[in-house]
Formats: sequence, structure tokens, C-alpha cells
Amino acid sequence: MSKSNLTRRGLLKTGAVAGAGLALPTIFDGATWAASHSGFTNAPQGKTVTLGFNVPQSGPYADEGADELRAYKLAVEHLNGQGDGGMLNTFSSKALDGTGILGKKVEFVTGDTQTKSDAARASAKSMIEKDGAIMITGGSSSGVAVAVQGLCQEAGVIFMAGLTHSNDTTGKDKKANGFRHFFDAYMSAAALAPVLANKYGKDRKFYMLTADYTWGWTQAASMKEFMEKEGWSMVADVKTPLASTDFSSYLAPVLSSGADVLILNHYGGNMVNSLTNAVQFGMRDKMVNGKQFEVVVPLISELMAKGAGANIKGILGSSNWNWKLQDEGTKAFVKSFGTKYGFPPSQAAQTCYVQTLLYADAAQRAGSFNPCAIVPALEGFKFDGLGNGPTLYRADDHQCFKDVLVVQGNETPENEYDLLNVAEVTPVEKVMYKPDNKFFAGGNLGQCNSGA
Amino acid sequence: MFGLDKKDTTLLLVVTLLALLAPFILNPFPEASALAQFNAGYPDLMQRFVIYGIFAVGFNLLFGLTGYLSFGHAAFLGVGSYSAVWIFKLLGMNVLPAIAFSIVISGLFALLIGYISLRRSGIYFSILTLAFAQMSFNMAYSVLTPITNGETGLQLTLSDPRILGQQATADGSIPVTNLLPGLEMRQSVQLELGGWLFTFNTGYYLAAFFLLLAFYIAIRIFRSPFGLMLRAVKSNQQRLNYTGIHTRPYTLAAFVISGMYAGLAGGLLASMDPLAGAERMQWTASGEVVIMTILGGAGTLIGPILGAGFIKYFENIFSKINENILHDWFSFLPQGLQDFVVTIVAPFFGEGWSLSMGLMFMAIVIFLPGGLVEGGQRIGQLFRRKPAAGDAASSQTTPAE
Repeated sequence: MSKSNLTRRGLLKTGAVAGAGLALPTIFDGATWAASHSGFTNAPQGKTVTLGFNVPQSGPYADEGADELRAYKLAVEHLNGQGDGGMLNTFSSKALDGTGILGKKVEFVTGDTQTKSDAARASAKSMIEKDGAIMITGGSSSGVAVAVQGLCQEAGVIFMAGLTHSNDTTGKDKKANGFRHFFDAYMSAAALAPVLANKYGKDRKFYMLTADYTWGWTQAASMKEFMEKEGWSMVADVKTPLASTDFSSYLAPVLSSGADVLILNHYGGNMVNSLTNAVQFGMRDKMVNGKQFEVVVPLISELMAKGAGANIKGILGSSNWNWKLQDEGTKAFVKSFGTKYGFPPSQAAQTCYVQTLLYADAAQRAGSFNPCAIVPALEGFKFDGLGNGPTLYRADDHQCFKDVLVVQGNETPENEYDLLNVAEVTPVEKVMYKPDNKFFAGGNLGQCNSGA
Repeated sequence: MFGLDKKDTTLLLVVTLLALLAPFILNPFPEASALAQFNAGYPDLMQRFVIYGIFAVGFNLLFGLTGYLSFGHAAFLGVGSYSAVWIFKLLGMNVLPAIAFSIVISGLFALLIGYISLRRSGIYFSILTLAFAQMSFNMAYSVLTPITNGETGLQLTLSDPRILGQQATADGSIPVTNLLPGLEMRQSVQLELGGWLFTFNTGYYLAAFFLLLAFYIAIRIFRSPFGLMLRAVKSNQQRLNYTGIHTRPYTLAAFVISGMYAGLAGGLLASMDPLAGAERMQWTASGEVVIMTILGGAGTLIGPILGAGFIKYFENIFSKINENILHDWFSFLPQGLQDFVVTIVAPFFGEGWSLSMGLMFMAIVIFLPGGLVEGGQRIGQLFRRKPAAGDAASSQTTPAE
């Protein structure tokens, strides 16, 4: 039936032919990626420049992703001179003039990260290789941010991180081509710990539920460090899978553990579910060790507050930004966002909007889209008027340093968006750390890569 | 040629040409034209075409020949990826050891799972493999975090040992995967012809080489006595048992070979992009390869490759068509009508690509049970004049009536 004359010689011949076929097209000494045009990856040709917005449109962080996309679209409008200009009017740098970036009209492509590292990288790759995106921004998860940041470094494009709160993004996984405006887990813990100790007393035992990936891990480590400094002691730190939707089985042991505070290192849909479960268990009405049982959510956003409904009332946490701040930048942004979409923006929207503006401004000031010209333009850049007060983009780790907000769920909301109150603004000096701090050590920015 | 008869040689040559010329074939539209969004000739997608082609060819060796429907094949793909990334972390960035290791580890894993699962057949076998795959997925996701890095995904870091290669490049960044020193997977050469832009990528051609090798081995298995025995298992296993033939060694061999194919695909995925995430092992990924094989034509040689290409094209190109693009398409209509048409059509594009994919899958399964290959045959027959009766009967895969 079969002719099995598979000989050694025949096999060698096959190998040689296939090898020659393989070698033929690659024998030319080629440039990497699409750098053939003018010295760096995806140098804009013609009258437009393309940005890549890579956000979760499905998965537990999909709400954040949708809001990020709204903010990106608004930023593109403002950069192209449409709409009311938003924070361009309050931004301390006046390089941008509403004619796009360097005279080129801004266009964008979008992708779905699905909150999975694999899918996010595939989507970013296709934006770089197919659509010619010169900058990638977005992500609502640190796992995704770290993965995409590594990809952008290799490909030679700039990565402007969206919502990513893990210490690792600008710590051990920092990259020369990556920049983060959002704050990190260390800053959250540093800002939150004194407030918690003040409010709930020094002698407390806490139990943590932690989302099981890079963000959760660094968030839990930071909270443990700072709460123990305040004299609190940890009972347990339990890791929960990101994909969980029901946390009852993780919550059941909490009350019998002797802990009197529950810290939920959860974000997005995870936190909405775990907080709701905790409230259903009646935890917030319990007395343990003679003290009122308390729940703390170190990172809170408006979208989570909305999802959690009445359960969020009185819960303490931290935020990067809140739409109720009263500075000029915030007011301008909330106004143009509200006019376009009919509701106030979330902190995810703000950080993404600001990152787009900062990138555009850096390119404008550098006079080039070349990543190796943009990196020095952003490093050590001091700016104001973008909603967070005076801010520094530190050169050592490409992290923004600014004031941190401690927020509390509003007990008496006046409308459906009035969900969080700013309890305290922690000044930047209190949350500042050295680049070689133990939570951030081990990384290396490396050299900027332009893909040439 | 190479021990193949004329028909199979032609088939191999066709696949070879398709693979070598893919950068041209997949980029039929000029860069600047509006149709450029349908171009698929960029390295990442081309790599996916051939890698998932290998995966599906391997799956078809099991499903197409023996009829055993494994619902957990993604587990082997994931194990392959993890093995390859670990080699990049421990040994160095050369892809060949990584690919070899991923094939071996996946093969061993398949031996273990196959040994247990193949004690049952039919639906019980499918459920067993599904259970094992979900178990692997959940373990990779939680318990095995030290090995798999859980949700974050296994990634390279600067502190990895890489004892046979460099730990970090001169400028302090993580080295990239290569075939030979200086021949990196991500390297591309671009060719500009008029308005067209063609990209030739090292990683793609390496993957294409493995696809051809995998395809060739698949042909040889299909035509071998071993392949015949596997077909006999599919048509009537009981009869084989009654004639005194112990079938399990044959099915186990097929299962392991198929697992090694999946491991190869996983290793290649990691070689193109050194990152492994647990979601590669999820049941949806296992289901995808089943759909690829059935869509292309189960039991045929080239079907799985076509099916893989079809699905990956949809996933990457169709999903990019958002409402703005739809508005552009229908801009010739008056405003109100345009909005209406876009509202109707939009759910089938962009994020809704899987909806149109599902409809198309249903249509193919209902009207072309033999998959795309049967479609091709039917079209071929329309153009062939009066085929000889015996010829038509032998070339068709439709069941006898």
C-alpha cells in the first residue's frame, strides 16, 4: 500500500531543498521590523500618525477598558483641534496647538487585550506590524502592561502604560521605552496606612484576599509592609484566581480566623464580587475582638464603586485621581468628557487621556517621532495642569510622582456618580521612594530602542 | 518523490509553494488602498497561520484517522510553550533546543494522559481529555505558579541564568530568540514593489519549514500500514478486537504523535514570542483546534491547514473591522439609512467576529460535511467535464450511500 522507501539520502535531499528554500529570502541582511523607512520603526509616512489603543474589551476589567477607549477618542479629538480642547488648555506645556502631532493628523487603531497577556501581545503585535502604530498605550491589568511593555521595547515603539498599579511595571520589569503615569501599589500603601491606623486604631489583625498575579502580589506585599509598620499584624494572605466570580469560599474562613480587618487586593469586577460577597456575609456589622469589623479596598475606582452600589459606603481606599477634584485641569477634563459622553470620567480614563497628551507633547517638543528622541523628552519632565497637580516623570524608572488620594465610599451620594469622597490628599513627599527600594529593585531600563 | 506517489507529491508541492510565497499571497492589496485592511501578510499572523496549521495537522492525525475526539489538545500546546520558555530562561535563546525540548515534554505528557484516557472510547474519552486539560489549565493558573507564573504568564527576566547564552545584551536588555547567533526570529526583510509591501520574516520561514516537515510526516503516516490500522480503528474497532488485534498500542502511538505535534506548535509559538500564558491551555483553545479540523475537512491531509488559516484570518482581520470602518463602507448611503445598515451589520464584525464565524461554521457543517476540502472538490467537479465514473468515486470523501 505505501511506498516506504524513506532513505537516508532521500531525507538529506529533502532537508537540503527545504533548507535552501528557507534560507533564500532571509539571506539578505535585513533591518528588523518595519524600520526600512526612516531610521525607526513605523516612522509616519504621509499626513497622518497612527496610535494603537490596546484595551480590555472583554474579561473582568472590560468596564475600565471601555472608559479608557472613550478617553483616548477624546484625546485624539483634542489633539486634532476638535472639541473644546480639554486639558490642552490647562496643560503647563504649550507645545501642542491642536493641529495633530508635528503637523500630522492623529489616527488610531484599537485592539482587545481580553485581560490576557497572550492576547494583548498578539493584538499589540498586529497593531505594530500591520497598522503601523508608532505608540501603544492602554491595558487595565499589570500582567498585560508588563507583557506589552516588553514587546514594545523589542519592537522599538513607545509604550504609554494605562491603568497598571503593580510595582513591577516600573520596578523589576521597567523598560526604557515604557512610561507610567498611574501610581503604584507602594504609593497606595504608603498613603493609606497612616489613615487606616488613625481611623481604626493601632492594634488590628488583618486578613487579605489577593488577586493572583503580579499586581496582587506587589499590592499585598506593600500593604503588609506598611500596615505592620503601623503595628497591625497579618493573619493570612490568600491568593484568588483573577477569573473567579464568586468569593464565598474564600470569605468563609475570614471571620473564624480572628482577623478584624479584611483587605481586598482586588480590582474591577473581582472587587465588586468579593465586596458584595463580604457584605452578604454580614461582615461589616460584625464585632470581632471587641472592635468593629472593617473592610478595606486599597485601590478603588469610580467604576468599581458603581458596580458595588451601596456596599461601597464608608469603605476606605486610594485613587490616582477623582473627578470631584477642584483644580483647573480636572474641571476642564470633566467638562469635555461629560459633554461628549454624558457622565464623568473614571480614573482609568484620566490616566489614559493624560498619557496620550504627554506622548504627543513629548513628540512635539522633541521634534520627532523617533522613540529615542521621545524618551529623553519625557525623562525628568515636570508638568502641571493635568489634574494631579505638579508631577514629575522620574528619569530613573519612568514613573510619575504626584499626590495620592485617599478616598472613601460616599455615605450620602447626591447622584449616581457621586460615589467617592476624597478623604485626604497625601502629598507626594510622603509616597516618594528611591529607585532601588526593595520593592522595585532588580530591574534595568536598558537603552531606548527605536527598531533601527 | 520522497517515497510519495504522484498525487501526494503534487499536494506537498502545492503546500510548499503556498508556504514559501505566503508573504505575496496574503498581501494582495496595495498598502495605501482601502482594501489593505484585508491584507494578512504581516509576520505575526503568518506565523500563527503555519503554527496553528501544524497544531491542526497533528490533531487530525488522531481525530481524522482514529476517530478519537480529544477535547484537551490545547494542554499539549501549553506544555510545549512552557517547556520552550523554560529553556530560554535556563539555557539560552537558541530556538532549536527549546523546540526539541517542548516536543519531548509534550510527548511524555501525552503518553501519560493517553495511557489513562484511551482506556475508554467515544464520549468518555473526550470527557476524560477535557478533564485533564482543564486540570492542567487550573494547575498552571494556581498551584503551579512557581513554574508557570500563573495569571501573569511565564516571561523572561534579566535575572534568568541562560547558562549557554548571554544573560543580557550589551545595553542591558533581555536577548531575543534566534536560530543562529545574529539570525533573530523577529528579523524581517521588506520588499517594496510599486504600491505593494511584502515582508519576509525569519521566524515565519522557520515555522513554515517545520510545517512542511510536519505535513510530510503526516502524509507518510496517512499512507503507511500504521495509518491503515488507525483507519481500521475508526471504522470498526470491535471487529479488530475480535480478529485478535490489540488496538490500544496503535491509538496510544497516534495520541502521542499528535501530542508531539501540539508540543511543536507550542514550542514554535514561544520561539516567536517568548511568553507562555495559562489561557493557551483553556478549553476554548482545545475547542478551536477541533473546529479548525472539522472546518477544513477532518481526515483529509490539507484540510486542517486550511481550517487553521481560515479561523486565524477571521480572528485577526475580521475582528479589526469596527464601526468607523463600517460607516466608511456604507458612506454612499444617505445618513439615516447608513446608520441603520451599520447598526444591523455591526454585531457581525469587530468583537462579534465569533458570531459570524459560528454562522459560517454551521453553514459548512450542514452543507459541506467534508469541510472546505469538499467545497474545493465540488467546485473542481463543476469545471471538470464528464468525469470517468470510477475516478469520481475514488476522489470523493462523501460517505457511500
